Amino acid sequence: MIRADLRQIALGGSLIILLFLMLAPVRVLALTDADCMDCHSEEGMVAEKDGVEYSIYVDEQEFLKSLHAENGCVSCHQDAEVEGDEHPFPLNRVDCANCHDDVGVINANSLHGKALKNNDPYAPYCSDCHGKHDILSHRNRKSRTFIMNIPFTCGRCHREGTAMTKTHDIQKHNVLENYSMSIHGEGLLRKGLTVTAVCSSCHTSHNVLPHTDPNSTISRQNVVKTCMKCHANIEDAHTKIIRGELWEKEPHKVPACVECHGPHKARRVLYEDSLNDKFCLRCHENPELKKIMANGEEKSLYVDINDFEHSIHKEKRIACVKCHVNVEFNHEDPTKPMCEVKEESPVDCSICHAAVVKLFEESTHGKLVAKNDPNAPTCMTCHGTHGIRERKDSGSPIFARNVPDLCAQCHREGEKAAKRYTGSQHEIIQHYKMSIHGKGLSESGLMVSATCTNCHTAHSMLPSADPKSSIHRDNVQETCGNCHLGIAEKFNKSIHSAAINKTDKKLPACNDCHSSHTIRRVDQASFRSLILAECGTCHEHETESYFDTYHGKASLLSGGEKTAKCSDCHGSHDILPAYYTGSKLHRNNVIETCRPCHPGSNRKFTGYLTHATHHDRDKYPYLFYTFWAMTGLLVGTFAFFGMHTLFWIPRSFRERFKRRREHSRKKLFE
Amino acid sequence: METNQVEYVQRFTFFPRFLHFLVIISFLTLAVTGMALKFASQQWAEIVAEMIGTFETLGTLHRFMAVVTFTYFGLNFILMYQNYKKSGGSLKEFLFGPNSLVPMPIDAIELIQTFKWFFGLGPQPRYGRWTYWEKFDYMAVFWGVAVIGGTGLCLWFPEQFTLVIPGYWINIATIIHSDEALLASGFIFTIHFFNTHLRPEKFPMDPVIFTGVMPLDELKHERPREYEQLVAEGKLDSIKCESPPKWVLINAHLFGITALLIGLALVISIIYSMVFLYM
Repeated sequence: MIRADLRQIALGGSLIILLFLMLAPVRVLALTDADCMDCHSEEGMVAEKDGVEYSIYVDEQEFLKSLHAENGCVSCHQDAEVEGDEHPFPLNRVDCANCHDDVGVINANSLHGKALKNNDPYAPYCSDCHGKHDILSHRNRKSRTFIMNIPFTCGRCHREGTAMTKTHDIQKHNVLENYSMSIHGEGLLRKGLTVTAVCSSCHTSHNVLPHTDPNSTISRQNVVKTCMKCHANIEDAHTKIIRGELWEKEPHKVPACVECHGPHKARRVLYEDSLNDKFCLRCHENPELKKIMANGEEKSLYVDINDFEHSIHKEKRIACVKCHVNVEFNHEDPTKPMCEVKEESPVDCSICHAAVVKLFEESTHGKLVAKNDPNAPTCMTCHGTHGIRERKDSGSPIFARNVPDLCAQCHREGEKAAKRYTGSQHEIIQHYKMSIHGKGLSESGLMVSATCTNCHTAHSMLPSADPKSSIHRDNVQETCGNCHLGIAEKFNKSIHSAAINKTDKKLPACNDCHSSHTIRRVDQASFRSLILAECGTCHEHETESYFDTYHGKASLLSGGEKTAKCSDCHGSHDILPAYYTGSKLHRNNVIETCRPCHPGSNRKFTGYLTHATHHDRDKYPYLFYTFWAMTGLLVGTFAFFGMHTLFWIPRSFRERFKRRREHSRKKLFE
Repeated sequence: METNQVEYVQRFTFFPRFLHFLVIISFLTLAVTGMALKFASQQWAEIVAEMIGTFETLGTLHRFMAVVTFTYFGLNFILMYQNYKKSGGSLKEFLFGPNSLVPMPIDAIELIQTFKWFFGLGPQPRYGRWTYWEKFDYMAVFWGVAVIGGTGLCLWFPEQFTLVIPGYWINIATIIHSDEALLASGFIFTIHFFNTHLRPEKFPMDPVIFTGVMPLDELKHERPREYEQLVAEGKLDSIKCESPPKWVLINAHLFGITALLIGLALVISIIYSMVFLYM
């Protein structure tokens, strides 16, 4: 009867009902919920089938609060819509896909769906997660799918020790415990954050797939995208660690998030399972492990774990796979680990050390590497491979004291770099070791002594002709000033500084006077004797006239380093022309300038012409005329007596012959 | 046996010989140390400095020998006074007598006669106790010590001197000191050496300045005017003496020839350097 009435209404084509149909895609049911509840509202009501009792009680109150309250029982339990009081028992399992067809497809292809299809007894149905009659919106705090409850919902099966975990081979263990300890879990459980990641944030709700499936949100290819749903700006924040553009261009070069941040233990913990170091070492700690290369050569794949144990990478908990990113792990059979090297390519340090590698690529070393030059040094040449140690570690090849020997491996005379080099510096290492910097390092044990890298930089070494080079003329002062700041400041106020001297002429750089690899103590004889030559390269005339005076002449003899050199009177780094009040030769200062050697220095004394020459009549007429007067006297005297002597010699001989003849004649007569 | 028969006469007493010894020692040292500095850019100068020590050792030696020079310069006046007393005559007779070292008209005459003799236009002049070139040598020391010594003091004590004189005078003093020294050493090591030692009559050297005696024959031949005067005054017998012992002669030669060689080596170095420097 009731049914007939309803039909009449429905068939009547009421507009209201049509509208209702459009808004709610549910079928118009003939059976009312009240009809169902007549039977099913009775608490403790059970039905029996094959000796098993099933509760068929439906909590009406819960149902009315649920999302499906409006839909009516038979919208899901379609097979309950029968004529008469009894519907078949048991009813078919509700197929949510009837309405939720899109989700249904996804779920069917998921791990869970496939398990269902395979009749896995532990495979979850929709209702296992969403509930049955009490389905609530995931926004509802009471819902099993509310974010706060998801770990518990999933945990019902995935908690360690459940029948499911015992019967299924799942790579990860203690998933829930680990999660609750992780930064995500902590956020959720302790901090009450609803924006933190839960199981479904990474694994998705319905499309749960194993990470080996390329379509999985947690596959190596996709995991980054997955993480970036929340960590959207991680690329920018991670640039110091990971070169940004690699994420898009060459994702295989970048370690996946989870390779550093363990998936369920997202914190400072490494990828402990699967591709962890222990796994790699199972094979690679065997000294015999070799690989036959394409050209037939054998390549040892042995990794000395002791090397790695003391390395900075071990300390920073960098796993093998973080560098060896092209190694892929095959999970098929965990008892027989298999590594697959996707492509043979050296470790790319720029994955983490992006900024440094960029510098290196612009350097001479880096350019050679780019040209595939066989002599080119790579990161590994200097830093080593598995045993990379910190710069502060005295055992490290890049420890300051070891740097000269490290560079010497190629730059010592006769080695490959020295052979290619065509510049003017030779015996570089030998000279450096004898220099004040070298001796400071090796003999005085000063760790602040400059080594190769202090001047040439560690990664941006470029030839001095390159304007970007730290040792380019224009940059040398700044390079030296890194340590010798006080000197650089003085120099900047001197006439040799481009800041003071607006000239087109070449101004001196530190190394013009101090040399580069043979830098010596300035109070040593060898350096003091050099000064004259150094200044003389530009101040030729002044040096020449200096050698006409006592200072200059004495300086050429042994012990001559003690006499006044250019810098003793003119100053060294603070050198200024005499007309500057700050000049050591300024009228007000010059008496004091002479005093260290001439304690009795006085105003007239400073009138001594230190660069006098008697060859310049206009500049020094007194000296010129004195010299020529003396020369006249000299020439006159010698001319006269020279002649006297020259005439005397033949006469003297003639006299002797005459006397000898007389003598013999006398003897004859006698 | 034959040497015993040769008669010798005393020409120099001990005092002048001692003064000449001081001159040799100090002059050679001054010349070597000074020229090493003047020609410091030359390799031989470096070697000399290296051998002696440092440039400072050169300076110390140079200054020490300067003191020796001033000493013999002073002692020479005592010698002059002694000679004046010994001469027994008046000061005028001492200064302008035949034994004086003061240049006189006779020296000009003898110079002309000497040149004539060089060209075979006359006989060798009959020289007296001092020939004109010997007088020049002697007077040159007065001039040289005054000029080189004076400027040398300026260079030694520039700080004190410049309290009075302008600083650039030190530069002038340097030129005078250096060029005058060049003249002096050049003259001694060539002209004096030749005139006194190296000419064929005396070669390799005349030891009289060390032994103090010379053969009477030589006096007769080379200084007839003095010989005649000695005979006329009857003083010849008083200066006659024994021939010097052999060891004295040997040592005189050893020392003399060494000094000659040093001087010659130095003058050759100087000439070489000057040619090299001014070429």
